[in-house]
Amino acid sequence: MNPVWIIAKRELHSFFDSLVAYIMLIAFLGFSGFFTWLFGGDIFFVKEASLQVFFGVAFWTLFFFIPAITMRQIAEEKKTGTIEMLLTKSITNRQLVLGKWLACFLLVSIALAFTLPYYITVASIGNIDHGATISGYVGLLLMSGVYISVGIFASSITNNQIVAFLLALLIGIFLHFLFGIIAGSTSGWISEIFNTLSLTTHFESISRGVLDTKDIIYFLSITVFGILLSEYMITKKK
Amino acid sequence: MDISIDRLTKSYGYQKAVDDISFKVKTGEILGFLGPNGAGKTTTMKIITGYLDIEEGDVLMNGLSIKNNNMKGKIGYLPEHNPLYLDMPVIDYLAFCAALQKVPANLVDERIKQMVKLCGLDIEKHKKIGELSKGYRQRVGLAQAMIHDPELLILDEPTTGLDPNQIVEIRDLIRQLGKEKTVILSTHILPEVEATCDRILIINRGKIVADGTADTLRKQAQGQQVLQVKIEAPNRDQVFHALHALPSISTVDFLEGQEAKYEIQSVSDRQSNHDIFKMCCEKGWVLTEMVPLETKLEDIFRELTMN
Repeated sequence: MNPVWIIAKRELHSFFDSLVAYIMLIAFLGFSGFFTWLFGGDIFFVKEASLQVFFGVAFWTLFFFIPAITMRQIAEEKKTGTIEMLLTKSITNRQLVLGKWLACFLLVSIALAFTLPYYITVASIGNIDHGATISGYVGLLLMSGVYISVGIFASSITNNQIVAFLLALLIGIFLHFLFGIIAGSTSGWISEIFNTLSLTTHFESISRGVLDTKDIIYFLSITVFGILLSEYMITKKK
Repeated sequence: MDISIDRLTKSYGYQKAVDDISFKVKTGEILGFLGPNGAGKTTTMKIITGYLDIEEGDVLMNGLSIKNNNMKGKIGYLPEHNPLYLDMPVIDYLAFCAALQKVPANLVDERIKQMVKLCGLDIEKHKKIGELSKGYRQRVGLAQAMIHDPELLILDEPTTGLDPNQIVEIRDLIRQLGKEKTVILSTHILPEVEATCDRILIINRGKIVADGTADTLRKQAQGQQVLQVKIEAPNRDQVFHALHALPSISTVDFLEGQEAKYEIQSVSDRQSNHDIFKMCCEKGWVLTEMVPLETKLEDIFRELTMN
């Protein structure tokens, strides 16, 4: 068995053995379901068979939920000392970080899989744009990958879970809207740079159904960068 | 596995935790690591396991440097505070460790069974680790360290938290393992080192201050033979002077509060037993006791590590 998968499997077990997974699933489905179907500018106002509303809601719920899943990943191992046990086994630091990332990613994917009935429902009501919907889901997954990676990095620099949570949110706030705001209030090449850095810009174009390699490269590169930084943090602290 | 530690140095800030240490351990040897708190025992062990990076010097295993060879799969390690996943059942935890240490899938069950039996975990094996007492957690820690049948076992204070019966069991276990494997263990408990280890290494402030078997350490520390004798004779002073006159004896002391007892130090490299006996025969005194005084390991330890 691949060491990455061994770590991921244990993490997933621990998600489902504790209440973390269930709370996460219920809260995510509750929030996104409520705002998609029942409240405010919900899905019936759009007057077209589209999951755009849901993608907008999930974009925000995941932003808050992912740091809550990732905060304990490495911080807790450090606090209890189990990191010492892990790092003296025959796995590399990278495999450890990847395993943690994979476990979180799978949990988020499970949560997203539970929203597939939304898709089926809307598709049965009207003429849904399948391409845009799939691309919207891909966008959510890519975004989750970024935030998980950021969250694990935050978790790797401290042994305090609260600090890890807040730090992940702080970095998330920059990606989620501060860069976008700065881009909007500046002009020229500065605006251009911040626009490129803003996660929201890239997410919006994907969730509209435009799968551009530029966007995919953006998401993947931040994910990889976060994983490499976490690995570095674990290796460095000696 | 033969381990060779070569001029190892590691510092935390300005403080040198390990300062230019060199030693070798051969296969089938149990090395006891002794030292006061903060002497550098744990740091040295962590470096050997690869958890801490080498700052200066090198660690060679079977001649290969751990800097560019990954040896983690050949090492079994029980960390000092024995960190465990408290939310996992014992069996699952052992399976997890076995998988991480690349035990072939078809052997995992067999290995777990052996470890459970060896470490006496049978009645607790389905419990979550968090529900176990300290002694049982320690056994789980030992079981995970040995699950992949490592060539080198590094045990950081393996018997803490165990009751006297368990301590004896674990010592037996370590001694048994030590026949084929290399074992390095650290401890504060001095009788434990004598009971389990082939060789003792005393380390203080990051430096090795003594290296050898318990017997050689004693000889080194003692230098001269010390005897406690009881000679029954009419006059104490007479005995004292007679003893003093013997060429093989350097000092004689009365033992306070004890009738007819004397503490005698021989001249270095000479034994005075025979002379004393002959003298008593000649004078017609009765020699009722003659006890060679051994320096205790505690004394050696204190002498070497007190500053």
